[in-house]
Amino acid sequence: MSTTYVGALELASGAVLVSAIMTLWRRQVRSIVTMLSLQGIALAGVAVVLATHEHDKALLATGLLVLVVKGFVVPGLLRRVSQLDPNSRESAPLVNVPASLVFAAVLIVLSYVVSSRVTSFAPTVATHLTPIGIATVLVGYFMLVTRRRAVSKIVGLILVDNGIALVTFLLTSGVPLIVELGSSLDVLLVVVVLQFLVVNMGRHLRTNELAEMKALHD
Amino acid sequence: MLCVLVLLIPLLTTVLSASFAWRAWVGWTTAASSASILGLGIALSVRATSHAPLMALHGALRADALSSFMVVVIGTVSLLATLFTPRTMRQEIESGVTTVRFARRYVVLMQVFITCMLMAVLTANLGVLWVSIEATTIATTFLVSHRRTDGAYEASWKYVILCSIGIALAFLGTVLVYFAELHVGSLHQSASLDWTSVMAIAHHLNPSVMRLAFALLVLGYGTKVGLVPMHSWLPDAHSQAPAPVSALMSGVLLTVAFYALLRFKAIADAALGTAFPRTLLIVVGIASLVLASGMLIAQRDLKRMLAYSSIEHMGLLALGAAAGTPLAIAAVLLHILGHGITKSVLFLSSGEIYHVEGTTEIAKISGMLARRPVLGGVFGFGLMALVGFPPFSLFVSELSMARAEVDVGLWWVVAISLACLGAIFGAIAMHARQLLMGVGPSPSEGPTATARSVAVPLVTALVICAVIGVVAWPLQSLLHSAAHVVVP
Repeated sequence: MSTTYVGALELASGAVLVSAIMTLWRRQVRSIVTMLSLQGIALAGVAVVLATHEHDKALLATGLLVLVVKGFVVPGLLRRVSQLDPNSRESAPLVNVPASLVFAAVLIVLSYVVSSRVTSFAPTVATHLTPIGIATVLVGYFMLVTRRRAVSKIVGLILVDNGIALVTFLLTSGVPLIVELGSSLDVLLVVVVLQFLVVNMGRHLRTNELAEMKALHD
Repeated sequence: MLCVLVLLIPLLTTVLSASFAWRAWVGWTTAASSASILGLGIALSVRATSHAPLMALHGALRADALSSFMVVVIGTVSLLATLFTPRTMRQEIESGVTTVRFARRYVVLMQVFITCMLMAVLTANLGVLWVSIEATTIATTFLVSHRRTDGAYEASWKYVILCSIGIALAFLGTVLVYFAELHVGSLHQSASLDWTSVMAIAHHLNPSVMRLAFALLVLGYGTKVGLVPMHSWLPDAHSQAPAPVSALMSGVLLTVAFYALLRFKAIADAALGTAFPRTLLIVVGIASLVLASGMLIAQRDLKRMLAYSSIEHMGLLALGAAAGTPLAIAAVLLHILGHGITKSVLFLSSGEIYHVEGTTEIAKISGMLARRPVLGGVFGFGLMALVGFPPFSLFVSELSMARAEVDVGLWWVVAISLACLGAIFGAIAMHARQLLMGVGPSPSEGPTATARSVAVPLVTALVICAVIGVVAWPLQSLLHSAAHVVVP
């Protein structure tokens, strides 16, 4: 096993997590979306590194698909949403930025604890990196819960999805191609749907601060 | 061939309804398409009880008794829902709620929605099952927001966010199953998430991976099923969607997701033994029942009441699946059918009530039985079926589930669920009394007739539900072989 392979895999997976944490740190929606784009590219990098190591053509195709969908198309859609209102900053997250970063550190430790039981039974370089994927998922959930703007919530959802994709690559070198195609398409459509909803909610409710949505309750 | 045809018909109907502007005949075509799905489902079921599973498209599609039964359920409920499409669209266009353009979009999405559900139950691949269920979320979001009101947008936003994060967990669970499948010592065949090959090696799958996987799958698919703790999208979405959409969502979408859980439970049972899956299902089942009974007592809105009742019934299904004996699973499947029919009758008639009364607030509707005897009667009998009165089939299935639970020593589960069912009965009876016989703000005029196009399908559906409850013979062997797909 070459050290280049190990190094490249660690670098790409690390970049996925770092960009996830950067989305917690930045407040300007535009720079959050840029981080998301970088994350998509890093994720594609993981797939490509694994594919070259294992000479797996299907995985290489998956990597290219991820690069296009998660690196460019999805961030592009989000950028259009954020252009709808120029003053787009995450105004008042429920947990402020420094506290969020501390919490992210806790989540990373937690993910190492959770994944140890799964990875210990098939120890390879790739499976040892799985906690990074789990941590990205958890950071995504944290973002979903604590950020108020609609766009930030969508970013949280995409972080969850990217984290799961990373886990998939590291544990199993990708799911069968048909499933991969289907799930990428689903993710893309979900973002389209959410974008549509944000645009319409903006028109109807004149806000996309979700705290103001409380017509429905018991 | 049959399998392919089941998917081809709604696909062709989708193309057809997309290429013509909305007219009543387009609506009737979709009803005909649903009727032929039901017919094909029955044909598949007859075949599946005596033959090996039917495969198609190089093994991509697979119809065993369980899948065939689900096709029948989907066919039945979508037939009811699509029979109301022309009427609902006409009413909405007349009252300015929607336009011809949105009516076309509505019909197309209904067909996409039905196709995705059929795909979910007919695919042989557990990954494609996930893809199909996630695709139903996308199709139904626009159906929930169909009325384009603030409430409708809010409901669909919550729906798509919560279901997407929930179903993402199910994907992680599926990936873990695949991981366990890849690492089974003797790789006699390449891993592929194919149902047959996973089941063949299920007892070799690594237990600690499978434990995590099944927990994620219960949480994830549980979101779509509407099980506590991920249920909160359900009352909003069901109350905001047009009645036929609520009927389809509550009647089949929830149970299609439950079907996925049944499949994965069979794998988990083989890998882990029954104790762990059982505990997990009991926890979510009882939590759902308790929450639903609390919310039903306090409920003030008709459609939200029906939505919480769906959470209750999904909780009952989880408890039945927890028992896990062939009798229990057969009862669970019968309950899926009975609940599907009853709940869609209730949602469709509540849509009609909304149309004539202009509200779904329970306190503002009264004396339905005197003013609209047929509609009120259908609604009343529907509620009786829902709370489990004989002769309706829900009585039989609830009784059999309870018996199966006692058989495996879960008498305390039966005790808790009976207490909850008692409370729910009280709550629904109280609301029904106000709706049907109460004296209230509604003007007391003479009885008004209900259109035959409304009454005939709903009454027929209730009669079928009662007939199934009395004579189970056409279903017995099907339920038996379907249960044995997921119970060894």
